[in-house]
Amino acid sequence: MEDTSKAMPVPKRSLGAWGLIAVPYFWLLVFFLAPFFIVFKISLSQIAIAIPPYIPTFDLSEGWSAFKDNLAMLSFDNYVWLTEDDLYWKSYLSSVQIAGVSTFLTLLLGYPIAYGMARSPKEWRPTLLMLIILPFWTSFLIRVYAWIGILKNEGLLNQLLLSLGLIGEPLTILNTNTAVYIGIVYSYLPFLVLPLYASLEKLDISLLEAAEDLGCPPWRAFWQITVPLSLPGVIAGCFLVFIPAVGEFVIPDLLGGSNTLMIGKTLWVEFFANRDWPVSSAVAVILLLLLVIPIVLFQNQQQKMAEKDA
Amino acid sequence: MSIGPVRRDFTPWEDPSAIPFIEFRNVTKRFGDFVAVKNLSLKVYEREFFALLGGSGCGKTTLMRMLAGFENPSEGQILLDGQDLAGVPPFRRPTNMMFQSYALFPHMSVEANIAFGLKQDNIAKTEIDARVKEMLRLTKLEAFAKRKPHQLSGGQRQRVALARSLAKRPKVLLLDEPLGALDRKLREETQFELMNLQEELKMTFLIVTHDQEEAMTVADRIAVMDAGEIVQVSTPAEIYETPSCKFVADFIGDINLIEATVLEKHAGGTRLQASDPEFLIDTDQQTAATEGEQVWFALRPEKVRINHGSPSGESVNQSKALVWDIAYMGDVSIFHSRLSESKTMRSTVANVTRTVEQPISWDDEVTLSWERNAGVILTS
Amino acid sequence: MRNGPTWFNVTSLVLGFSFLYLPIVLLVIFSFNESRLVTVWGGFSTKWYGELFQNQQLLDAAWVTLKVAFLSASIATVLGTMAALVLVRSGRFVGRSLFSGMIFAPLVMPEVILGLSLLLLFVAMDQARGFWTVMIAHTTFAMCYVAVVVQSRLVGFDKSVEEAAEDLGCPPAKTFFQITLPIIFPGVIAGWMLAFTLSLDDLVIASFTTGPGATTLPMKIYSQVRLGVTPEINAVCTILVGLVTIGVIAASLVTKRQQVQRERDERLAFGPH
Repeated sequence: MEDTSKAMPVPKRSLGAWGLIAVPYFWLLVFFLAPFFIVFKISLSQIAIAIPPYIPTFDLSEGWSAFKDNLAMLSFDNYVWLTEDDLYWKSYLSSVQIAGVSTFLTLLLGYPIAYGMARSPKEWRPTLLMLIILPFWTSFLIRVYAWIGILKNEGLLNQLLLSLGLIGEPLTILNTNTAVYIGIVYSYLPFLVLPLYASLEKLDISLLEAAEDLGCPPWRAFWQITVPLSLPGVIAGCFLVFIPAVGEFVIPDLLGGSNTLMIGKTLWVEFFANRDWPVSSAVAVILLLLLVIPIVLFQNQQQKMAEKDA
Repeated sequence: MSIGPVRRDFTPWEDPSAIPFIEFRNVTKRFGDFVAVKNLSLKVYEREFFALLGGSGCGKTTLMRMLAGFENPSEGQILLDGQDLAGVPPFRRPTNMMFQSYALFPHMSVEANIAFGLKQDNIAKTEIDARVKEMLRLTKLEAFAKRKPHQLSGGQRQRVALARSLAKRPKVLLLDEPLGALDRKLREETQFELMNLQEELKMTFLIVTHDQEEAMTVADRIAVMDAGEIVQVSTPAEIYETPSCKFVADFIGDINLIEATVLEKHAGGTRLQASDPEFLIDTDQQTAATEGEQVWFALRPEKVRINHGSPSGESVNQSKALVWDIAYMGDVSIFHSRLSESKTMRSTVANVTRTVEQPISWDDEVTLSWERNAGVILTS
Repeated sequence: MRNGPTWFNVTSLVLGFSFLYLPIVLLVIFSFNESRLVTVWGGFSTKWYGELFQNQQLLDAAWVTLKVAFLSASIATVLGTMAALVLVRSGRFVGRSLFSGMIFAPLVMPEVILGLSLLLLFVAMDQARGFWTVMIAHTTFAMCYVAVVVQSRLVGFDKSVEEAAEDLGCPPAKTFFQITLPIIFPGVIAGWMLAFTLSLDDLVIASFTTGPGATTLPMKIYSQVRLGVTPEINAVCTILVGLVTIGVIAASLVTKRQQVQRERDERLAFGPH
């Protein structure tokens, strides 16, 4: 978006045009940007048995000197605490690892689906596309919940495997990291398939024909032509899975076990169970910093693609 | 003697006392660092069919959009019927535009599209209905009044766009590449329809086009534009026969440009000397160039005769050549002949008979010749 | 030959779609299970649906959720459409990149962060939490989705159509309502539907920003799911899945019909006349 704006002239605006900008801008400043500063401020506060459960609270009516006293009470203690207790950095690491593994698995499963869709007869494609999007419209919570009944010890998967005689005793899948992987792959599959399908569908079949015509066997044409040209879709899809998966709460909470560490869950517990608002704020700030890099990378990549299309 | 056909007795641009209807006064338009229109001045007269002709990016569309009000000039003034248009928003300007993409409202029927402009002016409903009906008749769209734009063919859409922009009887109708999306045959038909409409409605039309044939067919006068500047403003015939510079000569039609030096200027015309091979050019044209100065002699291919054999007599207005290439186009044949290693000349011969006794063939030695008033001396 | 589906493509599609749909299908099947044990089939029954409609708490939660979703989707659609117009049409202005950043960031921001930050804002504003705070929170993140959906519709929009309206004497504001809005309307509707479903679906942000008396359906489902899988929950989920499926299929059928009609019209136009 920014790229095209550089070439745009700066138009003279009427009052109405300014209003058009101001209303959504103001809303986002108040309800999206401002809260982050509050989160940051509270991450520098201390936990207290009070309402709200932290100090200082900055009551401006108390005057300037009180304000200065309050300012002096802010400290980076919570961040120091995050480095001292290994629960936090283990949660961060484990989140990144779980999200990374899940993204890879999603790609492994999603690529053949997107490829199959892009190579299917033209009249099937809208239907297949709708079938990919449809689960996206159904509740996330329900889709995660559906797996509990399948994965638990006396669940449907174990019943099936036992009756087929493939296993002697039930597998423990629910409440392990495996269940979390399955949950993430299942929930985020459409996010990966959609951009990937878009880039595979754009691929001109005659390129593959040209490659074969020049003596390249189909499997090598796939690796040398199809895969490189679908790379933008792969990257976009992987970011769309990885970024939200890092901060995921519902999946590790419902499918994961007590030793499944994910930062979203840690934050939730810190906030709701321990009522330690300052520490959970600090966790949120660090999580945000962690995600800034992939988010910026993602935005840049999207922008490059947009420029290419234009 | 006159150059080309002259329409009616309509030549207000030759009358110094005529008041221009549209006037651009030293207009400059900048987009950032890019100068789209450079200090341009232009006068267009009432009831004129005026064409802005040029390649893409020459500023012709920008010029038109400034008149419609979609762009504001960075400097200069635009006047319409004596009124300065500065600060007047597009929806208050007495101009209407036919867009290149037609820009029909996809959610409205043909009727509603045509009535749209009239409804903005709080005109009585009966009056609107009458005007829409008239427009439908004029553009032969009566049978399609209730259809939506996507239910129409390209030619029909084009007519809706035309009817919509004419419905308000604007002081000036602006046409932005109006026929670009039509196929060749339909385009030619529509060109004549446009001319008839303009004649019938007695309105001022301003057309932007990159198609020289289109401009020459429809327009009373053409302004040839290049890099934000007007290079020449003249009638189509004058532009073709007496281009003011190499750019115009080259842009309009096909041309041979021969480098030469001015040998002699006299009351009856000018004598030029060409080299490699050496021959003389005698023309009845006077030139501003001084004797000894380097100039170009521009000669249209259809004005070059081609005959078998070597030239006889003095090498004036003729040269020997070798046939290099022949393109048979049906109606005409185009010969590319070599005067020397580096010089070629094109000549067009109308195929007036089906068979030729002694056809000119590849590698034949020929003589190229032309009349005294066939070419033009260009100094730039 | 080359365009025909190969066995590999068909297999991967069948397996992929089975993976996507089997869990939901199983969930639906077991909602009709007679037995309380969710994973053992005890015969067909609709009794859990009957019990559902006796559960006042659940019905209350559903009602709150629908109200929140309807209101927040509507406000988000207005704000999001405005934001999309700004992104596509407003050219450069001070803080433009901050603006587009704020539109795109919520799309990938973890929900726990959005929820926590909004809650802390409401606490700092000394705002009592409940229905309205959830509504505002949902509006905020849903408007970004609406903006993206409407924006994609606006990008493919021929701006000369608007210029034509102005050229014919229509002032800009009127042009927006008479020309622009009707043309981008399908995108606006799609944005509203997306905002509505997102709000209906949200657990995390609602959990942070809600207060007494404003328990939403996902929160209710979540608290019961934590206690274990029950047929009632299966029944609730089945109803929700059914509603969404009907909605999406109906919407796509309408679009398809319009498209077929359009193609027929176009053939008509280019036929002899």
